[in-house]
This record gives sequence, C-alpha cells and structure tokens, in this order.
Amino acid sequence: MPSNLTAGLGLKPQHFDTALACQAEGLWFEIHPENYMVEGGPRLRWLEAVRASHALSLHGVSLSLAGDQAPDAAHLKRFAALVDRLQPALVSEHLAWSGWDGVHLPDLLPFPRTTVALHRIAANIEQTQSALGRSIAVENPSHYLRLDAHDWDEIDFLAELVRRTGCSLLLDVNNVHVSARNLGFSAEAYLDRFPGEAVSEIHLAGHTPDPTLGEALLVDSHDAPIASEVWALYRRAIERIGARPTLIERDGNVPAFDELWAERSIASDELKRVAEAHKVAA
Amino acid sequence: MSTIPELATFQQVFAKALLGGATPDAFVSQPAFSIYRNTVRKGCIDALEANYPAVSRVVGSEWFRSAAALHVEQSPPTDSRLMRYGADFAAFLDAFEPAAALPYLPGVARLDRFWTEAHIAADATPLDGETLARHLAKAPDTLALTPHPAARWAWFDEQPIFTIWQRNRAEAQSDDGELEWHSEGALLTRPGDNVQWCDIGCAEVAFLDACATGQSIGAAADAALTAQPDADLSQVLARLLRAGAFNCLTESTTG
Repeated sequence: MPSNLTAGLGLKPQHFDTALACQAEGLWFEIHPENYMVEGGPRLRWLEAVRASHALSLHGVSLSLAGDQAPDAAHLKRFAALVDRLQPALVSEHLAWSGWDGVHLPDLLPFPRTTVALHRIAANIEQTQSALGRSIAVENPSHYLRLDAHDWDEIDFLAELVRRTGCSLLLDVNNVHVSARNLGFSAEAYLDRFPGEAVSEIHLAGHTPDPTLGEALLVDSHDAPIASEVWALYRRAIERIGARPTLIERDGNVPAFDELWAERSIASDELKRVAEAHKVAA
Repeated sequence: MSTIPELATFQQVFAKALLGGATPDAFVSQPAFSIYRNTVRKGCIDALEANYPAVSRVVGSEWFRSAAALHVEQSPPTDSRLMRYGADFAAFLDAFEPAAALPYLPGVARLDRFWTEAHIAADATPLDGETLARHLAKAPDTLALTPHPAARWAWFDEQPIFTIWQRNRAEAQSDDGELEWHSEGALLTRPGDNVQWCDIGCAEVAFLDACATGQSIGAAADAALTAQPDADLSQVLARLLRAGAFNCLTESTTG
C-alpha cells in the first residue's frame, strides 16, 4: 500500500495550472482514464506534466466489471497503455456495469449479487489485473433500488472478491451513507464490518436529495460539498482501519480550487491525527 | 418467491428499460429507477453538448438538448470515450425536420466534430517548406504529401458555414457583422497542442483531397487547377504548409 499518499484531489482541466504548481506532503491527483484515451494531443501532455511532480490515481468508470461479458479487449488495452505510460500509484474501478450489447450506458448500474455474478466478476477482475500487470481496487457502489434477487451480502461479496483475486477495495464513504439512507440500513454497522485491511483508497464526495422524492432518496451526485454526516462516518472508518489515501471527489458544480483544497485539508488533518494515534497505540 | 435471474438476463431487461423500452419487472417500477434513467440520459446529452458547442450556441442550449435527447434514443453511445460520442450527429441534424430552417446547422456540426478529431489526433511534426522544396525539385510526379493526422478540411457550397462556426466557437461573442452569403472552405490543424483554423479556397480543398487519396504532388496540383484554373500553386502550397496541413512525404500510391 502506498503509505506516503495522504489526501488527494480529482484533477479538473479548469484547475490544471493551479494543480500543477500545488505542492503538499502526500498530495496526489485522480483522473478518469477514459478522458485520456486519445491518440495524441494536449491531454496526455497535461497529464504527464502533472505526473512529473505528483502521484496519480487512475479511476476507471466504464470497465463494466459486473457486466456478464468479459471486459472490452480494446478498452483494456488502452487502459494498460495508460498505466504503462503514467505508472500511477493507484488504479481502481467499480463494482458495477455500464454497457450492454454494444451500447455504452454512462452510469454505474446495479446487479443481483448471486454466485453466478461473483464468478463472472472475479474472472473479470483477474483478466483486468493480468492485462494491467497489477492489482486494482474495487469500489463499493451507491444503491437506489431494492433488488430481491441478492444472494450475497455486499460486504461478504467484496471480501470474497478480495480473497479470490487479490484485488483491494476502494471504500467510498459517501456511497455507504447514500445507500444506507436509501435502503434503510445502518451505515455505521456497514463500516464497522468493512474489511479494513483490504482498503487501499477512500473516496469522499457530496450528494443531493432527489428533486422529486427529496430526502427519502439521496443521489450520489458528486456536485456538492461533503456532508457533515459523511465526515463523521469517515472519521469513524479511519479510526478503526487506520489512515488510507483519501480522495476529495467533485465532478459537478466544480468550485474554485481553494474550496476543494479546504476539504482536502480537513481530510489530511484527520489522516495525520489518526496516523499519530495509531503510532502511539502501537 | 421470485426466480433469480441470471446476470445477462437481468442486464438485458435493465438496459432495455433504461433506454425506454417497457418491461414488467418490479425493480423498474420503483421510483428510484428513474435516477439511473436520468443519469444515463443526462450523461449522453451532456457529452453531445460538450462535443458540439458551436451548434449549441447557434440554436440555444434548450433546443440543443431536446434535439440531443432524440439523437440519444436513435444512436446511443457505443464507446465509453464520450469525447468521441456523436460521430453521426451532423447526419442526424441533416435529416432532422425541425432544423430544416437552419440549413447550415449540419455543416457547423461537422466543424465541431473536426475540432474534436483534431484535438485528440496522433502527434506528428508538420512538414516544413524547406524539406518539401528539397524533394520537390527532384520528383514531383512520384512523391505524395501525407496530410497531418490532425488536419481536417471541408468545402461548403453557397453558405458561409466556416464563418458561422468560427463566430460561435469563440469564447466571447465575437464579430457579429453582416454575413456574406457565399461558398467557404475550412481547414483545421493542430501543429502543436492547440487546434487552429483558417479559411481556404477550393484549390486548397482539391489539393488536400487529392493528397488524402495518395495521389502525387503533380496530380494534386492538377486537381487544384481544375477546381480553380487561375489558382497560384505556390501560394496554395505555402498556405497549407503554414497551417501545418502535412505530415510527411511518401511515394505516391496512385501516380
């Protein structure tokens, strides 16, 4: 686990120059590899400039690990080429699917956690790790729907994937909060059971109430500041599992860099506090 | 007790319901299903609007997004690299009845598409005039010029589509003087990091068209003169070289 990484930020093109000049202990940046799968041009040069002075994380959004198909070979090849070129500190994807029958569906879609699904997803993760020549982290999803076909509890399912493939986990604390509220379970109980030793990265993001259903249905929108409940869950999680590289994730209503930096500072202070507490305890 | 669907069956039903098809499955009737439907639709429309900024500016965002929603239904993305989404959007607009009053709209869309293609095209050093001059003296009839991977060009009959596009592509509201209604050619290139554009004549367009099919420099020159008999060939070539339209010299494939 890259223990030198502290809190990171999603890299947005509008903040590129500020990000490039920004230096802080353990700072890293995360990007969606899909936006950099190009033949040439300025995007790769921007990214390489950032990479020259900062650690990078590639966070895929379209590999469709939970699709009942092998990962798209051309996509995997492009992903591997980027990993090769950028040597990122972290690589992750989602426990979700995002395409069917040749159509790309730009979202992270749910599936019934059956043993059939487990086998398929484990095989897809293994194929991905072998193509990239490294292990990846798999992110827990946000839930909106009640599916009656689940055979597996989500945490058991993730732990089994870790056991079978050697992948690690990306714990998205906002997804836990959103899912717990939408499906009516305890976020605290979920976090207390999450396999802490397998967590290689944490995500923090904002959410919004559904425009028609309000607070009864929270949407993992990444377009608002991180909520106080999510900060509280974050503190609870890292106090138990220890400090982990933590991303401030913002994709919509992107504010000024300073505003994101202030959120990053909160996370980085929490990480420092927890790391010191763990040192004393040890 | 419900039967447990296999993963593929589940995904087929889910995908169909997302794209608007009716399905009796219980999960689709949950109000939360619309979150997925809205996210997918919004993701596709946002991508189209990002890829076609001049079209959106010409017609306004609201009109654009209604038209884009129809396009998404007809041609959903097939590639997760959404910056490439909408390859057939110009053709869609061409056949789109409500856009008939704006006959230049498909052309504006084509130029937006050119911009994206130029932006992400492979890197290559543009051919310079000196290198060309050295070779040109030797064998104009066997050598061919390969267009730069980022070069895109088009000729628009009787419509100032390049001017319309250029005005609507600029960050700030630019020159909004009276439009002169005449034919125009456009050339987009990316000699370094930034996409650049200039207007070109029908001689330049014919020259580039010939080069793109592997014809020799001599044959391309003939094509340029056929398109515009009074064209000054040295100026045609100088203009294209200055824009960075060529990548390298090769043996002609067609003679």
